[in-house]
Amino acid sequence: MTAPIRLQVQGLQVCLAGTKTDVVSEVDFEVAPGEVLGLVGESGSGKTTVALALLGYARRGLRITGGQVLVDGQEILGIPERELPALRGRQVAYVPQEPAAALNPVRRVGKQVAEVLRVHEGRGSQDGDVAGRVREVLSAVDLPTDPAFLRRFPHQLSGGQQQRIVIAMAFACRPGVIVFDEPTTGLDVTTQRHFLELIAELCATSGVAAVYVSHDLAVVGQVAKTVAVMYAGRIVELGPTAAVFETPRHPYTRLLMRAVPSLDKAEVMEGIEGLPPRPASRPAGCSFAARCPDVGPECLSHPPATVDISESHRVRCVRVRRDVHGAGGRQAVQLLNASEARAAVLEVKGLRASFGSNEVLHDIGFTLPEDTCVAVVGESGSGKTTLARCIIGMHTNWLGSIRYEGDELPHGARQRGKDVLKRIQYVFQDPYTALNPRKTVGQLVAQPIGHFYALSRAEVDARVVKVLENVSLSADFLNRYPDQLSGGERQRAAIARALAAEPDLLVCDEVSSALDVSVQATIIELLRRLQAEHRLAMLFITHNLALVRGIAQSVIVLSQGQVVEEGPVEEVFERPRDPYTIRLMSDAPRLSAAATGSGQTPTAPAGRAEEG
Amino acid sequence: MIARAGTRRRAYVRAHPIASLVAGRTGQGIITLLLVSLVVFAATQLLPGNAARAILGFSATPQRIHALELELGLYRGWWSQYWGWLSGLPVGRLGTSLANSEPVWRLVEPRLLNSAVLVVVSGLTGCVLGIALGAVAALRHGSLLDNSMTVGALAVLAVPEFVVAIGVVILFSTVVFHLFPGVSLLTPGENILQAPRLLVLPALSLVIVTIPYVYRMTRAATLEALESPYVEMARLKGVPRWRVLVQHALPNALPPTIQVVGLTFLRLAGGIVLVEEVFDFPGIGQGLVNAVTDRDIPVIQFIVIALAAFYVVVNITTDVLALLCSPRRRIPA
Amino acid sequence: MTAATPSKQLRRHEWLTLLQRAAVSRRGTVGLSLAGFVVLVAVVGAIWTPDSPTAFLYEPLQKPSVQVLLGGDYLGRDVLSRVLAGGWVLLVMAVAATVIGVSLGAFQGIEAAYLGGRTDTMIMRGMDVFLAFPAIVLALLIVGTVGPKLWLIVLAVGLGHVPQVARVMRATALDIAERDYVKAVELQGVKPTRIITGEILPNLVSPLMVELGLRLTYSIVVIAGLSFLGFGQQPPAPSWGNMISENRIGLQTNPWAVVVPAALIALLAIGTNLFADAVARAAIGADREVEQAFVRTEAAKASQ
Repeated sequence: MTAPIRLQVQGLQVCLAGTKTDVVSEVDFEVAPGEVLGLVGESGSGKTTVALALLGYARRGLRITGGQVLVDGQEILGIPERELPALRGRQVAYVPQEPAAALNPVRRVGKQVAEVLRVHEGRGSQDGDVAGRVREVLSAVDLPTDPAFLRRFPHQLSGGQQQRIVIAMAFACRPGVIVFDEPTTGLDVTTQRHFLELIAELCATSGVAAVYVSHDLAVVGQVAKTVAVMYAGRIVELGPTAAVFETPRHPYTRLLMRAVPSLDKAEVMEGIEGLPPRPASRPAGCSFAARCPDVGPECLSHPPATVDISESHRVRCVRVRRDVHGAGGRQAVQLLNASEARAAVLEVKGLRASFGSNEVLHDIGFTLPEDTCVAVVGESGSGKTTLARCIIGMHTNWLGSIRYEGDELPHGARQRGKDVLKRIQYVFQDPYTALNPRKTVGQLVAQPIGHFYALSRAEVDARVVKVLENVSLSADFLNRYPDQLSGGERQRAAIARALAAEPDLLVCDEVSSALDVSVQATIIELLRRLQAEHRLAMLFITHNLALVRGIAQSVIVLSQGQVVEEGPVEEVFERPRDPYTIRLMSDAPRLSAAATGSGQTPTAPAGRAEEG
Repeated sequence: MIARAGTRRRAYVRAHPIASLVAGRTGQGIITLLLVSLVVFAATQLLPGNAARAILGFSATPQRIHALELELGLYRGWWSQYWGWLSGLPVGRLGTSLANSEPVWRLVEPRLLNSAVLVVVSGLTGCVLGIALGAVAALRHGSLLDNSMTVGALAVLAVPEFVVAIGVVILFSTVVFHLFPGVSLLTPGENILQAPRLLVLPALSLVIVTIPYVYRMTRAATLEALESPYVEMARLKGVPRWRVLVQHALPNALPPTIQVVGLTFLRLAGGIVLVEEVFDFPGIGQGLVNAVTDRDIPVIQFIVIALAAFYVVVNITTDVLALLCSPRRRIPA
Repeated sequence: MTAATPSKQLRRHEWLTLLQRAAVSRRGTVGLSLAGFVVLVAVVGAIWTPDSPTAFLYEPLQKPSVQVLLGGDYLGRDVLSRVLAGGWVLLVMAVAATVIGVSLGAFQGIEAAYLGGRTDTMIMRGMDVFLAFPAIVLALLIVGTVGPKLWLIVLAVGLGHVPQVARVMRATALDIAERDYVKAVELQGVKPTRIITGEILPNLVSPLMVELGLRLTYSIVVIAGLSFLGFGQQPPAPSWGNMISENRIGLQTNPWAVVVPAALIALLAIGTNLFADAVARAAIGADREVEQAFVRTEAAKASQ
């Protein structure tokens, strides 16, 4: 690297306080001024721990135990605790994950921005100077600067404005390094895109070296020139974004790329089986060995060292020299043909739903044919969850008509007949709250069987085992409690419970949004298989456009409580007509765009695409 | 139940501006007080058989019983009796004591003042000390100091007020030291402000029982605030430690702390009953105990109503103050 | 996570698990030993005392000696015998009041939470009225008008618990009733009573146990206090509360007649409170969460 280095990290290690168990170890990277390094990893990989360590900060229960963090050549980990405040915000600034929580709810936003200037510029600074600089940074992030705005409390701002406030705070003291910790979580794609552009521009113009932490590969691809992939507390692959995305060398990176849903093609997503090891129970060898398709004996005995692929691309894998191939293509998805005429299972007409007197769904109408999956796509606040809840009878304040196989559905679940309740099943968004913590998986799945069918105990048990098998959970899970399961396993159990009633229509509400991308892929594949095998009609609700391609035949785009576009998936995705859909498509981050740097999609080998 | 989820959420979203909160709570408080007065009145009607006989005992002559029946208005219907009593409350027409035939107000008024002094002095002292200790413990969370204070608080929290008071008497007034008087006898016409030495031990007893509660609540509220993302953000912005505490953590711990102070005063309203009895402190607590012993119904009725009114007023005040300190609830988004 | 979670058998009997875990924790062990000691004293005294607790044997306020271990009380009765005999009634009354208060309160709270609407408002407004009386004042009001009958005291103290227990349980039950896993079962059209027993109640076991422990402590405190005021067992029957009150006049001469019953009451209350805290810790976990639950519980008691 020829450019001067602004941030250099060497051998960073963070341990559980009071132990030698490392959470993060052997972390090395460097960032030049004006550049963005993307730090990517799934939950528990240690990416936030690394991000905070760059400010000499460790959360409760953790200690920074080794390594160096050099900012413009100055070592900051050795600085005594008392002097760290002078450094934080001034030399290294931090942009938090959830600005809504990170902004102090009882202080006015103007004061909060001014505070970072006041504590660093010292007493010598004039009030006028501070006020001027506050206006300057706020206008740099396109926020109003009038006194009325400055006097607002955080909860009076929109999510995007809160985001801009924390960015403004980060840039206020003109720091050399800024750490962004998943700052776009929860933003809609258009806001996210503006936000990413803003960050890239501000970093480039101010010469800031930035570290951008995210679980979303595509987002990182949009801002970062270099990307570091973390797994189980180590950086397993680091290199130029295009190189890493196009020809990932570490098996984990490769599998991760194959798990990411594609916006541009209907492809099978491949999840990664198994779970990453927890800090206290990491194996002697490579942490990924247990899940690696390419594992060899040497992987199990020693922790792998990094191998340089090129000057700027290195991989922590001993077998990397052995096999060199790219991401490869994925199988294309073969879905039933949408154009065939089928009987409608569900017919929604003129649906208007309200919270109190506030109408949130306006005149919604669509039909869901049997054997098909219809996706409902919308951003937060579009009303998509309310739509699902009207259909299942959980939201009762609606007008219009919802017909199930021609029969009008009463508003609330309580007024509906047992038969209808059985035939429409719902899978909740968050598997962590959808399962009663006091019941075993066996009891949870048996509950609807016992309720809807008059069966003997043995018959119920047999059916529970069969249903669990269907969602790839072995009989071992029968006696486990929800808190003994991983997120993916929980969602499988929740799907099993819905399936146990033997429904005809499955309503899935953002079922993968609480899961990691490698787990999400397995859940989506499971749903697709189940839909085909059981000939289910499915309403698939999501904010993630890319998921739709691999699972649904037709799609409804919802915006502010209205259907703005609907049609077969291919048509809507390839030739969107409504301006909102067009914007949604163009603003959604794409992995492929990052890989080639030009927005082109890598083509899959033709031979593989035909199997279904 | 499904439908109710929606209504509850809506009620939450509609933030209360202060005026409507004060009006609503005051209205609610008045209704509560009316119901309380009914309960108190009903309870005094529970006297088995003839109330007058129950009060005077079986040896009373028929003449005396008849006189008392007239005095209590027992010939009137219960509604008329209730109304007569209730309408007298706001204007201080409280009837006469059965024990010594004096107007209730003249008996109770000096006691009200003495008790108010006792509650305010011990409540404020206890709150200040409890809040300070709680904040210190939260800052040193997990340290030996924190752990020992917390276990100590847990222990003291459980000890009945009168046992604490007895302990104080043993320690400072009789067996061990003889520093302060163990009984708070005032000469007639004197109030407690004129004899502050008599206040020391009763107040000390109440402070001891107050501190652990305030301590525990403050410690918990401060811990929560210190753990919050906005405090972490403030630290990552480079805000110095003391400033993080004073400007970021404490303002957010304020609403729960206000609630604690309110709850403390409410607990003291019950606590004075026993502590005053131990020290013969001439307050309404002791007055209530005496009245119950003598079955002096007009006095019982008034003191209980006064305590309930105190409860309602403290509750409204804490709610409004807590609301003033939380912009998120005060100002709609 | 998998390794640390309890087995199926333990989950089935959550209340037993909680008691076990509380008993082996340090606070729990201390609490249990303190309370256990006091209970032992009371139980022994219910069966056997060295002398008659009501006979006049010694000089009034006789000083302790080897023959007369704790000396004589203000009327010359044997303090040791009175201490031994004066506890069990308090224990029985406290347990009875707690059971009455917690079961009634929990029933009201859960009912209000689940039925909602007007029923909820009516029940909770009714509770507000009783909340306006400090526990001891409510008891005094009832006892003062009807007379110091023991069953009445138990009832009065028990009723004094109801509004606060109801508020706490209502808040907890509401929280659980809104969870997705309850909704999931509601969506199948399962009857409300089955939802309460099958989905909600199992999740209320821990909060109920914590509440039981706290209420037992309060019952002891209030009943002992009433007894001290003279509204408990009537003389000459011994009780720790009235012993303290009677013998105060002789504090200088024979302090043991006051100190011992006072210490027993204090130890009992401290012991049950420590154990209740240990149960809360076993049910909830780390210190921070326990304390936050405490704040939430107190807030639920305080305001609407």
